[in-house]
Amino acid sequence: MLTFLNHLISGISLGSVYAIIALGYTMVYGIAKMLNFAHGDVIMVGAYVCFFMVSSFGLHPIIGILLAMVVCTLLGIVIERLAYKPLRQAPSLAVLITAIGMSYFLQNAAQLLWTSNYKMFPAFFTFGGKNGVSFFDGRLNLSWTTIVTILACLVIMVVLTLFTDKTKLGKAMRACSEDKGAAQLMGINVNTTISVTFAIGSALAAVAGVLLCSAYPTLMPTTGSMPGIKAFTAAVFGGIGSIPGALLGGILLGIIEIFAKAYISTQVSDAIVFAVLIIVLLVKPTGLLGKQIREKV
Amino acid sequence: MKLKLSKTTRINFLTYAVVIVAFVVFQSLSSAGALSSTLKGQLVPICAYVVMALSLNLTVGVLGELSLGHAGFVSVGAFAGAVASAALTTVIPIPALRLAVSMVIGAIFAAIAGVLIGIPVLRLRGDYLAIVTLAFGEIIKSLITNFYIGIDGEGLHFSFLSNKLSLGEGGRMILNGPMGIPGITRISTFAAGFILTMIALIVIFNLVNSRSGRAIMALRDNRIAAESVGINVTKYKMMAFVTSAALAGAAGCLFSLGQNTILPSKFDFNTSILILVFVVLGGQGRMLGSIIAAAALTILPEVLREFADYRMLVYAIVLILVMLITNNPTISGFFARLFRRQKGDET
Amino acid sequence: MKKAFALLLAVATLLCCLAGCASDPATDTPATSDTPDTPATSDTNDTPATSDTNGSNNTFVIGGTGPLTGGAAIYGNAAMHGAEIAVEEINALGGIQFKLMYEDDAHDAEKAVNAYNTLKDNGMQIFLGSVTSAPGVATSAEAYADRYFYLTPSASSTDVLGGVANPLTGTVDIARKDNIFQMCFMDPNQGDASAQYIKDNNLGTKIAVIYKNDDVYSTGLYNSFKNKADALGLEIVSTTTFTTDSQTDFSVQINDAKDNGADLVFLPMYYDAASLILTQANAIGYAPKFFGVDGMDGILTVEGFDTSLAEGVMLLTPFNADSTDPAAQSFVQKYQERYGDIPNQFAADNYDCIYAIYEALTKAGATADMDHATLCDLLIQQFTSPDFTFSGLTGENMTWNTDGFVSKSPKGMVIQNGAYVGMD
Repeated sequence: MLTFLNHLISGISLGSVYAIIALGYTMVYGIAKMLNFAHGDVIMVGAYVCFFMVSSFGLHPIIGILLAMVVCTLLGIVIERLAYKPLRQAPSLAVLITAIGMSYFLQNAAQLLWTSNYKMFPAFFTFGGKNGVSFFDGRLNLSWTTIVTILACLVIMVVLTLFTDKTKLGKAMRACSEDKGAAQLMGINVNTTISVTFAIGSALAAVAGVLLCSAYPTLMPTTGSMPGIKAFTAAVFGGIGSIPGALLGGILLGIIEIFAKAYISTQVSDAIVFAVLIIVLLVKPTGLLGKQIREKV
Repeated sequence: MKLKLSKTTRINFLTYAVVIVAFVVFQSLSSAGALSSTLKGQLVPICAYVVMALSLNLTVGVLGELSLGHAGFVSVGAFAGAVASAALTTVIPIPALRLAVSMVIGAIFAAIAGVLIGIPVLRLRGDYLAIVTLAFGEIIKSLITNFYIGIDGEGLHFSFLSNKLSLGEGGRMILNGPMGIPGITRISTFAAGFILTMIALIVIFNLVNSRSGRAIMALRDNRIAAESVGINVTKYKMMAFVTSAALAGAAGCLFSLGQNTILPSKFDFNTSILILVFVVLGGQGRMLGSIIAAAALTILPEVLREFADYRMLVYAIVLILVMLITNNPTISGFFARLFRRQKGDET
Repeated sequence: MKKAFALLLAVATLLCCLAGCASDPATDTPATSDTPDTPATSDTNDTPATSDTNGSNNTFVIGGTGPLTGGAAIYGNAAMHGAEIAVEEINALGGIQFKLMYEDDAHDAEKAVNAYNTLKDNGMQIFLGSVTSAPGVATSAEAYADRYFYLTPSASSTDVLGGVANPLTGTVDIARKDNIFQMCFMDPNQGDASAQYIKDNNLGTKIAVIYKNDDVYSTGLYNSFKNKADALGLEIVSTTTFTTDSQTDFSVQINDAKDNGADLVFLPMYYDAASLILTQANAIGYAPKFFGVDGMDGILTVEGFDTSLAEGVMLLTPFNADSTDPAAQSFVQKYQERYGDIPNQFAADNYDCIYAIYEALTKAGATADMDHATLCDLLIQQFTSPDFTFSGLTGENMTWNTDGFVSKSPKGMVIQNGAYVGMD
């Protein structure tokens, strides 16, 4: 039973990291309708910025995170401006390939800037010298990083939902997501709205980067790519475009991955995770919380 | 005398002509010793990538479904073909014949995978379909990583998850789990690559120009309308998907038998994306575009070696710029006007 | 019309590519620009050493491939830097001169063959092989066919050498490639040595193994370790795996080892994954003995790594950056000055490769106008001759025989107070 709980906690820890990355993915997808494959690499940049702010300049972690958010937001805006905006009218696959090109670019630029040697990300979330709380004489452990990550996911989810539901800009975003043409006719500046979406998505990426590296502290230029793909999977799993779906999808994916390793086989765990994903999508073709779009003839 | 050819026929013949000319030119350059070792070594992989791009173009361009797991089919074909070739070494001593047989076996296995995957996948749409193909690609990679095949006097021996094989006298391991197939006898040639490219083109063009092909494209353009006039969605989608998988399998076999060693991890998500880049860059549904894009993008990283550390950075920039330029309305408008004027001059 | 334009552009790109391919093959790569120029022009370079060569061309062109970009770039760059330092030192001595060329293979067999072909086009005479195992298998087959002498710093798989029996099935899957030699420990030797070491020193009774089952190096080590451990009667209570895709969370693997009461965990892997395992084991308060392999070397030099986590970790490694040996100290100092970080065993192995080739060339009296096949035969003869021994940073009195693997004894190290200490 204790082992089961331990695995469950590990699953939630891993899942919460996927979830926080997936939130950024789903946000951008929901509004701009594009798969931003460079998202994972923006995460990596955010983690590097925070790392250098904290370990090289000795700044407080909170300031490090804030600076990482600023840098990533600017980066997001620049990327959007240079690479995605000119393709607003182009077919979606063209944008997808550009995003992949951007992903290669960021990875290789990071390698040139910061070398391929990996860095150990410092443990931020320690309270009273402990990195977690333990129960049953240390047989059950829950790290602060996990708690912070889950809290961050919930806060971000609530804020994002409120933002898109209540504010003017948020409503404009939803309008763009529904129908760009109609939104334009209603006086919404579609271009600016999408740019703002990217800025928010990139700021979220910075937070995700810091939390990813706090949980799994090896930081290198390719750090963001695999979690990026997994998080993308999680976003689809939960229903891409749905903010609560990203959270749910992320957590579930983490739990499935850990359980597959623990109870079936570590050797084929990757295959099992993806098999579960396929089965879920066959039963619910738009993900767990995805909207069913009715087709009009 | 004026030949009356439709536009598609003209493009098809142009495509065949380009492939034949390219083959003749490079074959003669190669036999004259005028090619660098790098380019010479890349001739077979280029052909393999070209066929992979062509086959994916059938799914993405003609059928209109985004696949992010095409490398999975390539992988099935590559490993099935390479194992077949190793097992048949004594049975079929002639390399060319063995290559052909292996390719057929690779294609059959990939087609089977295509059927198995196609049944669930093709019920989904859009990005959900894309993610499921990605998932299948990863599953195939993960399974092959745990597969062990050995051969001895009694034939092939299989083992899954761990290597529990005990082989008889003179036996050897062919597929060694994560280590892949380390000792491949290379039998792929540029000529074989050329023939496979031609076969792929003939299959695709004949499919596209047939009644079935028109049904497939009708599905792509408007599924509901196509369905309402009685087109069997599943049948035609499967037809395109499985053909695409089989061609990818043959390409995989061509590729693996042109290498010294192949690993299951070679055919991962990044490879799927690479093939997709060829297709999108060359233009969806345009086979000549796929051929040129696959060839150019395979050679490009080698050419960029002069940039040393900045090589992959430059590659990424080139990729982004090409996408931006080809989709820029001002520039393509300019070229459109230019072409129109030239045509006007001709008449 | 967009179509026509796209095609036009693609054709233009292709033409550019071809033009690039046909360009002068002897162009140097900027990565190695500080080594002398192309052989043809080497007498015009500013190295003082060429003055005593009576104008004759004595620059050997040495090539190598390694992952200089991508996830494994850390190993490729380290190896390249190690070789660069050795080449610089040798060139400053006068006499035999080296020109070093490194090409990126991105840890991929196909790209490694392309890189190898590029090196061939650029006039390579001696080959340092590939840094990592999978590309090494591909390039060794090519170099075997083309007759280039091949001494790899770190491609430790048996398939690189050929002729070695598969530890699990006992079959020889690839025939010996006679011109291929290794500077590092071969995987089975190290796996065997690890099991033997654990047995001899009674380090553990219940052993857990975590290995990377999509990696040639890690799986190779596991297979031989398992084989030897079974033979020695060591009890393996937990065997778990991970892949590149799941190299983040190790809680299941660690818990499995813990629940099965393992008192020693064998980690045949590189240090990126190992550092995560150490961190996560510490987080749940699991503190068995950890036993690593040469890929673990470098863990102490990772920026930001809490070395107290590695306290008590044992590993077999040929090289120790904290060594008091003057040669090692001088190497570490030069490396730090030039590249800003501490060299790992990849750098040291490749440094040794260059010196071993240098000694063999000197002994054989080879000259740079010999072609690669002649050099290959000469060097094979030297390396396999019973009186050729080499002492370098990674071992004393190393010898090779026709099997291609190096005979040197792994040094058992244990990490104490953030530094390696010899175990004996």
